[in-house]
Amino acid sequence: MMFYQVTFYVLAAIAVVSALLVITRRNPVHSAIFLIVTLLSVAGLYLQLQAEFLAAVQIILYIGGVMVLFLFVILLVNLEVTVRQEPFNRMWWIAGVAALVLLAELAITYYLGRQAFATPVVSAAALQPNTELIGRTLYQTYMLPFEMASLLLLVAMVGAVIMARRR
Amino acid sequence: MVPTSHYLFLSAALLTIGVIGVLTRRNLIVVLMSIELILNAVNINLIAFARQLASVEGHVFAIFVITVAAAEAAVGLGILIAFFRNRETVNTDEIDLLKW
Amino acid sequence: MAELIDALQPYLIPTLRVVIAFLVLSLIAAAMIWIERKVLAHLQVRLGPMRVGPHGLLQPIADTLKLLLKEDIVPAEADRFIFLYAPVISVIAALTPFAFIPFAANDRAPDVNVALLFIVGVSSLGIFGTILGGWASNSHYPLMGALRSTAQLVSYEVALGFALVSALLLGGTLSMRGIVEKQAEFGVWFVFLQPVAFFILFVAALAETNRNPFDLPEAESELVAGFHTEYSGFRFALFFMAEYSAMVLVSAIATTLFLGGWLRPFANTEVVIQGFDVLSLLDWMPVAVFGVITLWLLKEIPGADSNTHRLALLVFAVVFGGVTAALLLPGVLPAVQGVFWFLFKVFIFLFCFIWFRGTFPRYRFDQLMRLGWHFMIPVAIVNVIFCGIGLLLWQQWDWNLAGALWVGNLATLLVALLLAGRTPAGQAA
Repeated sequence: MMFYQVTFYVLAAIAVVSALLVITRRNPVHSAIFLIVTLLSVAGLYLQLQAEFLAAVQIILYIGGVMVLFLFVILLVNLEVTVRQEPFNRMWWIAGVAALVLLAELAITYYLGRQAFATPVVSAAALQPNTELIGRTLYQTYMLPFEMASLLLLVAMVGAVIMARRR
Repeated sequence: MVPTSHYLFLSAALLTIGVIGVLTRRNLIVVLMSIELILNAVNINLIAFARQLASVEGHVFAIFVITVAAAEAAVGLGILIAFFRNRETVNTDEIDLLKW
Repeated sequence: MAELIDALQPYLIPTLRVVIAFLVLSLIAAAMIWIERKVLAHLQVRLGPMRVGPHGLLQPIADTLKLLLKEDIVPAEADRFIFLYAPVISVIAALTPFAFIPFAANDRAPDVNVALLFIVGVSSLGIFGTILGGWASNSHYPLMGALRSTAQLVSYEVALGFALVSALLLGGTLSMRGIVEKQAEFGVWFVFLQPVAFFILFVAALAETNRNPFDLPEAESELVAGFHTEYSGFRFALFFMAEYSAMVLVSAIATTLFLGGWLRPFANTEVVIQGFDVLSLLDWMPVAVFGVITLWLLKEIPGADSNTHRLALLVFAVVFGGVTAALLLPGVLPAVQGVFWFLFKVFIFLFCFIWFRGTFPRYRFDQLMRLGWHFMIPVAIVNVIFCGIGLLLWQQWDWNLAGALWVGNLATLLVALLLAGRTPAGQAA
């Protein structure tokens, strides 16, 4: 299983480094490109977790949809001046403190709940056929949240069109 | 097999980086992108546990998270465009009309 | 050493397959340079390239050499890194999905469960090559061309997805191999059960690859050359190769989903006249095609313009003649059947792409967007609904499958006619 460990560490390293680059670049187009790299490595991690449908959905929706929307808006909001401005605001030290508190909280939670990781990981065949299982669960058990999610998307679409429309 | 705890540490790292991005950056677009980072960290968490507990409900929840993230990105960017048309800026320090 | 080879064994065949697919695609892209110019020329009652080789056959070599030897220009204030790598993104997004497409029944392509989703997803990453290439050029025309092209690609991707869903409902699986096997099981290609979905897929494919009549973002008489205005030399060759590879990709998807992939026409039926199955003559189609090409090349030799042309014709004739002879060897023809029929259908699609380029006028951008959102997407959604109803009638109440689906098709056509008849207020559609 060395292969899986190597790919996990490579993908995780790419994800973390890209995420750091997302929040530190001056040019928003560069940030968007590095976010695309992060999302691609997360899709690779999903593949490793036997979540093939979700990996494909991540690529189609998140990268092919949301990031295209981001890049479109960045190009429309054609800002030359942001590249010369100061990227970080004055409250950066508060953000550092908040991040440390968050990390401490997460570490304590993981430590207190470490029995949860003792459950043995099941075989690869447990979640197959992935698409069919997800489809059945989504359309039978979780039909109501599914319909609400589609309503939410409709409302978001209408709202975004109205707000971005030319007067 | 890579143990679940590894995925949780990665998720915690991405979450923290996203939170720092939201609180620190001045460009509103980068703030929205950091929110997407946070949502992706949550998704990794969900899928890792879905694999460990052999439950497909984690995947379904993750699909809902992606859906909500897409809707929120669309609305957020719509607000950004509307604001940019009025004020010609996306600097969060200058978007302070509601400050006392 | 033996352990190393054993460890690498599962990766050797897929790697070899990837290399062969890449070489075949490069050859097809190069051949398309000649085919497109010749076919367009004959459609416009002129001759096309005739100088470079006999009947212009060496034109791809000349064009490739020209592009490789051109000066490498990077615009002044351009973002250098993104400018250099935007064409690479387009090429990667256009070539990677070929790993998931099976060319024949016994092909060693991996049978991925969600192959079609990955193909659609990865090929939609080509949009980033367009956006970043247009933005990185730091010039007005490429930026406008990139924005328009992106809007067009995103709009028609939705219609493409819905057309794929109609075929998927019939196929029952997202695996490409499974869909072709379903068509073999039904005995009829899906194009005869869902022609409206096939039409929408084809139109959306035209828009996805920026081909006429949807080539406003890159047409010569419009925005100079759209998003690849500032690209010259080999980078333009990369965009060019990405565009033709994307054309071959959508043709391969349409072939697999609607035209039966590697299945021979009338694979399940027999027409027996005096104890002989007439339709089995179709098995000799590969020999016929290559033989006719060889004979035409040989016929052209006496009337050629110069000795160089005669030599080129002889070389081509020897190559095609060799392929014909190799096909006549025992055991080769059955093995090659699947790949031949697949590529034959893909070439029919490519010919249709070129045919449409020579036939239709260009859509204006607002007409293009109106067509996508007001016509294609509603018709595609209605088609999915009626396809689902037809399948339900077949499964639950034992209707005839073709009958139930064709009732749905006629209803969809009615809706499409009603939608097409509406003109927006005060403006011709």
